[in-house]
Amino acid sequence: MASQEMEQLVRREYKEGFVTDIESDTIPPGLDEDTIAFISKKKGEPQWMLDWRLDAYHQWLKMTAPSWAHLDYPPIDYQAISYFSAPKREEDKPQSLDEVDPKLLETYEKLGIPLHERAALAGVAVDAVFDSVSVTTTFKDKLAEAGVIFCSISEAIRDYPELVKQYLGTVVPTSDNYFAALNSAVFTDGSFVFVPEGVTCPMELSTYFRINAANTGQFERTLIVCEKEAQVSYLEGCTAPMRDENQLHAAVVELVALEDASIKYSTVQNWYPGDEDGKGGIYNFVTKRGDCRGDRSHISWTQVETGSAITWKYPSCILRGKDSIGEFYSVAVTNGRQQADTGTKMIHLGEGSKSTIVSKGISAGRSNQSYRGLVKVGPRAKGARNFTQCDSLLIGDTCGAHTFPYQEIGNSTATVEHEATTSKIGEDQLFYCQSRGISEEDAVNMIVNGFCKDVFQELPMEFAVEAEALLNVTLEGAVG
Amino acid sequence: MLEVKDLHVTVEGSEILKGLTLSIQPGEVHAIMGPNGAGKSTLSAVIAGKDGYEVTAGSITFEGKDVLEMEIEERAQAGLLLGFQYPVEIPGVKNIYLLKAALNAQREARGEGEIPAPEFMKLIKEKVSFMKMDNSFLQRAVNEGFSGGEKKRNEILQMLVLQPKLAMLDEIDSGLDIDAMKVVADGVNSLRSEDRGILLVTHYQRLLDYIVPDHVHVLVNGRIVKSGGAELAHELESRGYDWVVEEPAA
Repeated sequence: MASQEMEQLVRREYKEGFVTDIESDTIPPGLDEDTIAFISKKKGEPQWMLDWRLDAYHQWLKMTAPSWAHLDYPPIDYQAISYFSAPKREEDKPQSLDEVDPKLLETYEKLGIPLHERAALAGVAVDAVFDSVSVTTTFKDKLAEAGVIFCSISEAIRDYPELVKQYLGTVVPTSDNYFAALNSAVFTDGSFVFVPEGVTCPMELSTYFRINAANTGQFERTLIVCEKEAQVSYLEGCTAPMRDENQLHAAVVELVALEDASIKYSTVQNWYPGDEDGKGGIYNFVTKRGDCRGDRSHISWTQVETGSAITWKYPSCILRGKDSIGEFYSVAVTNGRQQADTGTKMIHLGEGSKSTIVSKGISAGRSNQSYRGLVKVGPRAKGARNFTQCDSLLIGDTCGAHTFPYQEIGNSTATVEHEATTSKIGEDQLFYCQSRGISEEDAVNMIVNGFCKDVFQELPMEFAVEAEALLNVTLEGAVG
Repeated sequence: MLEVKDLHVTVEGSEILKGLTLSIQPGEVHAIMGPNGAGKSTLSAVIAGKDGYEVTAGSITFEGKDVLEMEIEERAQAGLLLGFQYPVEIPGVKNIYLLKAALNAQREARGEGEIPAPEFMKLIKEKVSFMKMDNSFLQRAVNEGFSGGEKKRNEILQMLVLQPKLAMLDEIDSGLDIDAMKVVADGVNSLRSEDRGILLVTHYQRLLDYIVPDHVHVLVNGRIVKSGGAELAHELESRGYDWVVEEPAA
């Protein structure tokens, strides 16, 4: 196809681009100890939490932002960011959906997530995070009956301080990396899940994150703990409204799986990628890590990444337990001027630990995408196994795909396999489908969805449907 | 129904078709034969709309419509369907899904609604068994890991499901053993009807023992140099192509 025609087709508008007009209780831009004290006070935190934050802040001051990623963006002015924003009526938080600001509900409607209906119909508990404060939590009773704790991290700090103290920062230490340190200092909210010994969480847990107030960094903090033989599946999905200025997002997610426990964490991320020139998109610097602390524990990451201007994200597993299992299934789609440097780390420490990595990258427009993966096998991880499959699909000839696989094998009994392919979306495949009467657009969707099938089948059912739809929207007109 | 007039086609700067004229009426089976490099596959590819072929002169009309003005999918929706010599693999896309998407796209273009699922399943099962294929074919990814014979059967299966007005089959016999060829030929013969045209492109006469054409055309160096009935194919088989070139064009 002619490149001119293609360029025209690649153009699309961000479908979730709208702004809800809710007065925010926002503090002026800037970051110092006072800012952190303000956040901590605003959230009614105990002294130990404030100390923890300040400690992280002091470490952050000594660190520099990582520059090794295959990403190109101007330096971020951390003093130009406002670190707290919450819907105004913090004191009289709504007790039910009836009390929720109708404008907020409208926002959810526009996003296609009618909270109450959808949650009720699907039997999903939703801890909806709007800006930085949890607005409503449903299905709490049913979860409580099972003994599962699912609440905002702020609530958890107040109501379950011992649990939070025991696990927070044990998977991603405050000094882990630049963005994790920043998050530890200023995180505003996020989710907390605790599944006690022997309990299988009776429903899938999901949280919708949404960035709303302009120029406000979003620093989510999520902690999920599964005790012995406990199981949970957690779904995270995101969209954000259109904005002119880059919005910084630096989340930290920590997962802890004890003996025979299993955690499945699925993400569909659809943040604003910026306009045609890449202006205004979200900067997404995320640290996600799971610790398979117990023997035979199992942590599985599945992600569908279609949004953000910049993505820096490596959901990882530390396979500490004997025969523990780590999995990473990823579909990343970049279009326009998006840049993504994403992948995973599988750190094998336990004997017989196994990991699987399946990464599918799709690049279109003028986007750039890198897979960066580390497989590390420690000296005591006898018989450890890894299988990595890493495929890239290019649409058009102005995009880029790169693969950076790292392997550090400290054990001669380990088995590590790596397969990688890069292909252009086949003109022949397109022609074949079109010559059967299928439109070019549908043919691309069909081929791309086929390419991603290995990953989509790992997603919970309703998420898989959503992911496919999202992929189609993202690649709308990206035919080459 | 199909009128190709004085067609000149250039591929990457070199002229492949140099004034080809061909007319196909409903109910007719035409076979285009010729030596390698004569432009046989180019003809069907151009009619189907494949990229990279530049038409420098001449015209193609189908039921009075200018084919060269139509998008690839519009040609298929109008009833022009190409069976590929080398069908491509599409990993992760189930065969049954492609069939359904193609059928529904064509129905939609005709202003019909989507085919109801039970009706579709009934249709598919019938055609699959006619092509002596296993139902498991439907659940496999399109052409992925198919043997040569399986791929060709799959092409015919699509024809049986999509019921084109003009079926074009590009070297559908290549790489087939005799049993597979019989199945493929049975499939093609079942497509024969008084309101459907069939265009076979083949290098060997062998296929034409099973699918007896009404017209045979010899394509040499970008032009049809000789046309005749089914007997022409036999003559070509015994005498080769050289004698045709030496005689004046028909």
